[in-house]
Amino acid sequence: MSLQFIVDGLLTGSMIGLGAIGVTLTYSILRFSNFAHGDFMAWGTYATLAVVSAIGAMVGKVAPIGPLSFGWPLIVALVIGMAFTALLALLLDKVLFARLRSQGQAIIVVMASFGASMALRSLLEFTFTSRPTYFSRAIQIAMPVGFGIRITPDQITLLLLTAVLVLGVHLLMTRTQTGRSMQALSQNAALARIVGIDVASVVRVTWIIGGALACVAGVMIGILVQIRPFMGFDMLLPMFAAAILGGIGSIPGAVLGGLIIGLAEAGAVQLIGAEWRAAVSFIILMAVLFVRPIGLFGVRER
Amino acid sequence: MDLLGYGAFFLTTALIFSLVTLGLNLQWGLTGLFNVGLAGFVAIGAYTSALLTTPDDVARLGGFDLPIVVGWLGAMAVGGIAAALTGMATLRLRSDYLAITTFGVAVVVQLVALNAQRLTGGPFGIGFIPRPFGSLAETPLLFNLSNLAVVCAVTLIAYLALEHLSRSPWGRVLKALREDERAAISLGKSARFYRVQAFAVGGAIMALAGALQAHFTGFIAPDNYLPILTFQVWVMLIVGGSGSNLGAVIGSILVWAIWAGSGTLTSVLFPPEQQARAAALQIAAIGVMLCVILLIRPNGLFGDRPRRPWFGKRAKAAAAKSNSQS
Repeated sequence: MSLQFIVDGLLTGSMIGLGAIGVTLTYSILRFSNFAHGDFMAWGTYATLAVVSAIGAMVGKVAPIGPLSFGWPLIVALVIGMAFTALLALLLDKVLFARLRSQGQAIIVVMASFGASMALRSLLEFTFTSRPTYFSRAIQIAMPVGFGIRITPDQITLLLLTAVLVLGVHLLMTRTQTGRSMQALSQNAALARIVGIDVASVVRVTWIIGGALACVAGVMIGILVQIRPFMGFDMLLPMFAAAILGGIGSIPGAVLGGLIIGLAEAGAVQLIGAEWRAAVSFIILMAVLFVRPIGLFGVRER
Repeated sequence: MDLLGYGAFFLTTALIFSLVTLGLNLQWGLTGLFNVGLAGFVAIGAYTSALLTTPDDVARLGGFDLPIVVGWLGAMAVGGIAAALTGMATLRLRSDYLAITTFGVAVVVQLVALNAQRLTGGPFGIGFIPRPFGSLAETPLLFNLSNLAVVCAVTLIAYLALEHLSRSPWGRVLKALREDERAAISLGKSARFYRVQAFAVGGAIMALAGALQAHFTGFIAPDNYLPILTFQVWVMLIVGGSGSNLGAVIGSILVWAIWAGSGTLTSVLFPPEQQARAAALQIAAIGVMLCVILLIRPNGLFGDRPRRPWFGKRAKAAAAKSNSQS
């Protein structure tokens, strides 16, 4: 068995993990599983793609940075895309989720997110058709790094980017007042309100972080695989599995869960075949639910 | 004459949908269990019945050539067992976990249908599924009407059985659990056991609907059981009003009429190369419709009473609130 699966797994795991951070935050702070999270990913990616094309139309062809497959337009577009996805999440919360949440019916919110997911995805399909597209069609040469492993410059960059983002979110959650407010709200909503935490602003920050990271994960998929309207929906099960495996509410857990699932998927692709890949997250999910439903770093519900 | 034939065909499809919706109403409307993978259970039923009743096929397992009724019973059994296992794994946990797990079940069933060629025929599906009135196929009208009669009969039986169940002591326990879990448990009712039962019976009904559909069209393929099916049935239940069996049936017919009507409209209005995009717009419109109904009329057309959550801190908060008010 070639060790190449480690690189593939880490990359898939990064995409899953970045998405799972959003899932785990919405789950622990807003207390519902957001089935539209995958579609934030797809919307962010298409928004980024649109901005890249717009920049391309304005300034013409831009040379890629060093050995990478993309130039500065993609980086600018990614930032705009992140902002756009965060706004989309905030907007959806304002018109839909917040109203249903105020009625106190948690499971209705889940159902609404399911309906929103269908609508968002179909709108993408309507606007961009279901044909896959790419940020760049250039083929990168993978460099051998020993042990039979090969890695492309894009892949190294994206792994580093993931590490920086995860570290950043972790510091935000543990070292800043906003982050501590978020933790307080997830641990005991009633008590958090009593001590005067501004719930509305915590909810906003939750959506902004979740949306922005979903966009990054989507763009990673876009750079390394392809862009399709279904790209986010197909990530939904791995993201949920990663969030539950890591323990709901835990950011390091979500990332570690994502990496475990990514590695398991890559291993399964090599051993069994690519067509069974999607079953891996289901098997891991069921195993966690049977053996340790609170996940690796979870806390018991009080 | 053609119109009558189309009417019969339309009603048959709508009633098969309403059978799935009845199953979902038992799980969600009566018991409060959230199933977002019902397409998987419908598929399990369709494939089970197809395997049991088709003539022998060397390319895949079985083709056992059994009578159609055996296929339907087998479909219900397998669908019920699959639902019971899903329920046992997740019903002791938060209700969201059931939603995520059923979502996973649908994904895995779709994978098996696509990839386990020896079992399911892979992407090309299974053909030559015997039809109840195959000998009448030369006269389409008679064929359609006899199919409609069968589907009508099955739906009516399921409807009456479910109405009876929801009024029986068993149904009263489910309602009690949904409304006030702690009170029901204090009376010695095992919440998890009753919920697993309701989830299994609902799954069996969905599987039966899948089997009916398979024998009605004579051909099944993995594409029939995509998440869009789950979504359609949810809209049907919400429009009809969850909790009401009559609402489930009428909601199904209504939503299917809207769906089929808007489908016909787009195929007339849009040129062929734009059809796929128009279909996407149709789905988006229905998705928005679901959200709007949830916002402005969460009880649908026939839903009767306000629903209360039965789990977690919010339920406790809601219970505390209603206690202090009374």
